[in-house]
Amino acid sequence: MNVRYAFRRSLPVMAGYVVLGTGFGILLETKGYGVWWALAMSAFIYAGSMQYVAIDLLAGGASLISAVAMTLMVNARHLFYGISMIDRYKETGKKKLYLIFALTDETYSLVCSGDVPEGVDQKKYFFWVSLFNQCYWVAGSLLGALLGSFLNFNTAGIDFSMTALFLVVFIEQWKSTTNHLSALAGVGISIICLFIFGADQFLIPSMILITGFLALFRRKLETQKMIKL
Amino acid sequence: MSNLHAGMLVAVIALVTILLRALPFMIFNGKRKTPAFIVYLSNVLPYAIMGMLVVYCLRKTEIMMPSYGIPELIACIVVVGLHLWKRNTLLSIAIGTAVYMILIQLVFI
Repeated sequence: MNVRYAFRRSLPVMAGYVVLGTGFGILLETKGYGVWWALAMSAFIYAGSMQYVAIDLLAGGASLISAVAMTLMVNARHLFYGISMIDRYKETGKKKLYLIFALTDETYSLVCSGDVPEGVDQKKYFFWVSLFNQCYWVAGSLLGALLGSFLNFNTAGIDFSMTALFLVVFIEQWKSTTNHLSALAGVGISIICLFIFGADQFLIPSMILITGFLALFRRKLETQKMIKL
Repeated sequence: MSNLHAGMLVAVIALVTILLRALPFMIFNGKRKTPAFIVYLSNVLPYAIMGMLVVYCLRKTEIMMPSYGIPELIACIVVVGLHLWKRNTLLSIAIGTAVYMILIQLVFI
């Protein structure tokens, strides 16, 4: 009952994760990192956008410090998922550690409402839905890594899938609110910093300036409910 | 790059990600109230970060030399247009990427 319900709810995520996971696996393979790397990354990092960024870091031989900074920035939003799940993940016992580890954007979208039909154990639902989602992601990554080694066509430009992914999420977020100040600040400040600091150095100044800007315009932004969670 | 360094990169990314996910549960264990500024940032930061990530992806685009960023521009317009029209995430990503690959492999060589 619990398992079946969780499976049904996770089906939309299955479609997305298998495709995005496959894209990740193929991309990783084209940069020379095969199936074991895909498995390790999807098992232990398990964060979609960050894993795409990680391909870039691996391919460019990034330093550990810049990997830390990049992860902090790309995944900072997870802090906020955690904040809203503190109460719901209470008293989940030993499973709590896994629930926290597996709290991705998509899993969050399935657990944040917290409501389950009568007869379904909410805590067990949280666990199974988290586990199913990670299985899809790992399966997709492995499939991609295996496919990647058989692909014979020219893969130049396949990296654009990451740009497209972020662009789509950006549009979705844009449409979910009427106040676009934060989105515009993100794009505008990043472009300015890109011109001033250059392609390899602009992320950290951008992040600092964006946070400063948001702190400055807090009153203006807070008057409208920004996010649809 | 050595496999050791690559492995350490993966480990560091995994560690920081876990820390970020676990931190709220360690700090706000129900006894203390979440500071208002953190709640505020949690609401507005995602929008700005996604914009920043789009710029990050396009950071190496050549705008002063051929191909003057035209393939990137066209592919982005395709993604945005298609997504506003069909609102299908996977379709937008697949077609946009295909368009970009065709442009840089066959058109802007």
